[in-house]
Amino acid sequence: MHVVVCIKQVPDSAQIRVHPVTNTIMRQGVPTIINPYDLFALEEALRLKDQFGAKVTVLTMGPKMADQALRKALTFGADEAILLTDRAFAGSDTLATSYALSSAVAKIGQTDPIDIVFCGKQTIDGDTAQVGPGIATRLNLQQLTYVSKIVSIDKDARQIVVHRRAEGGVQVLKTAMPCLITMLEDTNHIRFGTMADAFRAARYTLTEWSATEAGVPDVTHCGLRGSPTVVKKVFAPTAKTVKATPIAGDTPESLSQTLIDTLFSAHPGLQEDLESRVASNSQGA
Amino acid sequence: MTEPATSRPAGRPVEIDERIAAYKGVWVFIETERGHVHPVSWELIGEGRKLANTLGVDVWGVILGPQGEANIAAANEAFAHGADGVYLMEDPILAEYRTVPFNKGLCNLVNTYKPEILLLGATTLGRDLASAVATTLATGLTADCTALAIDLDTHSMAATRPTFGGSLLCTIHTLKARPQMATVRPRVMAMPPKLSDRTGKIVNVALGMQEQDIITKVLDYIPDRNQDQAQLAFADFIVAGGRGLGKVENFRLVTDLAAVLGAEVGGTRPLVQGGWIPQERQIGQTGKTIRPKLYIAAGISGAIQHRVGVEGADCIIAINSDPNAPIFDFAHYALVGDAMKILPALTEAFRNRLSVNRKTI
Ligand SMILES: Cc1cc2nc3c(=O)[nH]c(=O)nc-3n(C[C@H](O)[C@H](O)[C@H](O)COP(=O)(O)OP(=O)(O)OC[C@H]3O[C@@H](n4cnc5c(N)ncnc54)[C@H](O)[C@@H]3O)c2cc1C
Ligand SMILES: Nc1ncnc2c1ncn2[C@@H]1O[C@H](COP(=O)(O)O)[C@@H](O)[C@H]1O
Repeated sequence: MHVVVCIKQVPDSAQIRVHPVTNTIMRQGVPTIINPYDLFALEEALRLKDQFGAKVTVLTMGPKMADQALRKALTFGADEAILLTDRAFAGSDTLATSYALSSAVAKIGQTDPIDIVFCGKQTIDGDTAQVGPGIATRLNLQQLTYVSKIVSIDKDARQIVVHRRAEGGVQVLKTAMPCLITMLEDTNHIRFGTMADAFRAARYTLTEWSATEAGVPDVTHCGLRGSPTVVKKVFAPTAKTVKATPIAGDTPESLSQTLIDTLFSAHPGLQEDLESRVASNSQGA
Repeated sequence: MTEPATSRPAGRPVEIDERIAAYKGVWVFIETERGHVHPVSWELIGEGRKLANTLGVDVWGVILGPQGEANIAAANEAFAHGADGVYLMEDPILAEYRTVPFNKGLCNLVNTYKPEILLLGATTLGRDLASAVATTLATGLTADCTALAIDLDTHSMAATRPTFGGSLLCTIHTLKARPQMATVRPRVMAMPPKLSDRTGKIVNVALGMQEQDIITKVLDYIPDRNQDQAQLAFADFIVAGGRGLGKVENFRLVTDLAAVLGAEVGGTRPLVQGGWIPQERQIGQTGKTIRPKLYIAAGISGAIQHRVGVEGADCIIAINSDPNAPIFDFAHYALVGDAMKILPALTEAFRNRLSVNRKTI
């Protein structure tokens, strides 16, 4: 069994700041991490390695420094790592990203056929949840999104049963491999890697592919040129024209009194509403 | 690599080529799952109506599902909320959501009738389908939009969403491909008024697939036990806490106030990540979007991802020790001070006020 996990290196969002004057994102010095949602995908893949001896290949598209994310994935126990990097990919939206990644997945599959492609639910920077389904659609893989559990895999029949989160419940889906799974968050916990994996990761020579090496059929479908969406404007949200009414008071108690007086005189409907709720609640109790 | 490139020059007037000009009208995917229409569909018809009025075109709903009376009822609801017509694709294959037949059905409709705009709810179904459709049609899709408008210069849809970093928004256009697609989360847009005497046209279209050609099968559906689920999206009163509460024990102060008001409790993402509250109580872009009558936020800074989830509230009261906290930019009432002191006082004051008045009723 061979599984590919698509991971993305993202800046640690907790440490991002926006320049107060220019409204641009200040990236300098912001540490990067593996997209947290992708760790659920990676762990699920590693469990298939434990269970079936599956080979786990991690794939990322990004700048050269994204090799750090791949190396980190190797320390958890991934077997192979491929970095897809080319200036032609710069400025890709989700359509162009899934185009490049699907070309690389197809290429990986040529030498070692793939059973499952794993993605995270979404990234914390792009935050679209579109790239996984994009890859599935392009490669004609059965698409299983928001998977909360792999119920069973029949290796010989090449069939898989999963739980998929839907709006009001859980779908139990059965499909054929190859398929693409996007893992829901909090479905598992990434393991601590072993010392052996850490050593191997340090010595491992990553495979680096350009667009041509990845077998991308048409580079005009990559990067900015291949992206139908155009960002026209980035801006800070405007403050409300009417500023928040400041509530004054010397003590928390007087502050609270003033707030309630102000609130209820401005919104008598709220007062009625709350009173009837409290009344019906205490009747019920 | 999916982040916006800010340095790109602002668009020159774009020539609208013929291929693009052939696409007309605004479509809304009406999400029905197990016979039940997701309300986000009506919110989107309301929003689609505004876009269509600006463009001077019609709004059409799209319903994919098994044969049944429910479809006509759904179509009539769509008309009442502002749709001019409904494309109805009925087939037993569409009884349960699966990507392949829904993708094929929707793409065929788009290729035949050519809408310029296609909106879907950002639900698990909507996101799954929208991504597949946008990829199949090689067009642009903007996820989780918080505002939609028409840019009259380019005749294109301006789709605004929060962007990376925590305090910025960006506006995205699809200029050279059609349809222009967007997803919008439930409760982000207001529910449009319902005019029950509005009618519209129904056009039936066949799916044209065989069940044996579809590889993925639905073995079972396990409905959620509803009583366990927080109903934040539809709650009228919500009290929420943020990292300013300091430690998990202090979240009690939020719960206490909520109990007095009969309100739901919620919180910011860091509280979910810290294990203080379950994910289903997270409010914001990657949690629930809320539209309560009253929202009380304690120790919450008001980052854009939180803001976009709460801006639909009728009234926002913010408690924050920092007078410059961004939350005061969009709150209606500002209580500057220590939430650990103010919350208990507020709980007492509400308790007294509401019980005093009850005695006088
Ligand atoms: C892709 C992405 C998606 C996200 N989605 C969401 C989302 O859905 N929901 C969400 O909430 N966040 C989301 N975030 C995180 C968001 O950017 C903020 O980091 C988060 O909302 C901040 O939470 P907070 O206000 O609780 O904490 P902080 O920003 O740390 O704010 C704490 C506030 O408490 C105040 N304070 C401190 N002490 C006191 C006191 N004693 N009394 C009163 N006030 C006090 C401080 O002045 C400060 O304003 C997302 C981020 C990213 C990158
Ligand atoms: N540049 C990338 N390299 C590898 N995988 C990616 C990349 N971008 C997105 N993905 C995968 O697609 C998923 C969804 O990403 P997104 O559509 O950006 O929310 C992520 O969780 C990753 O698994």
